[in-house]
Amino acid sequence: MAKAAARTAATASPSAERRSALAGRTVSATGAKVEVLPPAERISLRAPEASVPALSKALGVTLPKQPKTSASKGGRTALWLGPDEWLVIDEAGKDPLADCAEVSALHSSVGISHRNIAISVTGPAAEAAINSGCPQDLSLEAFPVGAASRTILGKAEIVLLRTAEDAFRVECWRSFSDYVFTFLSEGARDAAG
Amino acid sequence: MLLIRCPYCEEERPELEFRNAGEAHIARSANISGESDDDFEKFFFIRSNPKGIIYERWRHMHGCARFFNAVRDTVTDKFVMTYKAGEPKPSKLPGVAK
Repeated sequence: MAKAAARTAATASPSAERRSALAGRTVSATGAKVEVLPPAERISLRAPEASVPALSKALGVTLPKQPKTSASKGGRTALWLGPDEWLVIDEAGKDPLADCAEVSALHSSVGISHRNIAISVTGPAAEAAINSGCPQDLSLEAFPVGAASRTILGKAEIVLLRTAEDAFRVECWRSFSDYVFTFLSEGARDAAG
Repeated sequence: MLLIRCPYCEEERPELEFRNAGEAHIARSANISGESDDDFEKFFFIRSNPKGIIYERWRHMHGCARFFNAVRDTVTDKFVMTYKAGEPKPSKLPGVAK
């Protein structure tokens, strides 16, 4: 789907141009910066345990089996969302949907590149900024670098990934992105005191 | 905030991520069209609504999205234990005198 969309965008008239929500928005506060990340390829992957090795091989990244973990390789990150569910994000421009299409083992992969918007929250106060609306324990002991989880922020569902000690990637649905971005911006300002 | 242990995420998570999904261990008849009206009413509408220990289905809606079962005390609102969907009713409850 994403591939087809990219092709259409290249050849169609400007009126059919795809614009990502919130593109380029940034808010900086003391200690935390909230920034909309560039578009990425994403799939929602559901598969039984027997299909996991074949899918891991095709995707080039080992699908994590432990709760609240993620695995990353070559610009591609696989986030554990549930016992048979993963979110695969590719920031290197290669479509993971096409890689999964070559796997004959039972699975369901759905392209959601345009459904999600990614927002990065960075800085020493990033944790506090996200905790302004997310009830999870985000201390480094409970939520170490690489930890990933679907959770909530205020009233919207998000997927949270800790990319560094002071950096998070927040994935949310496009239609919630304005709410989530504003919420995080307010959180960042509050966290700055 | 209440912390609820999700048996699939294997840790305690804040209650905001969860949704209640009614009483657990209510088996649907294999021959539902052959049920009498009275039996169907019991299956479909009548719930135990106890004062004390109740077995419930919960869903980790904003987490792993899985349904699981929980034992909760309706008086204290404390979760006694949680276990995966499909597992039998636990015969012994930790910390409950009976």
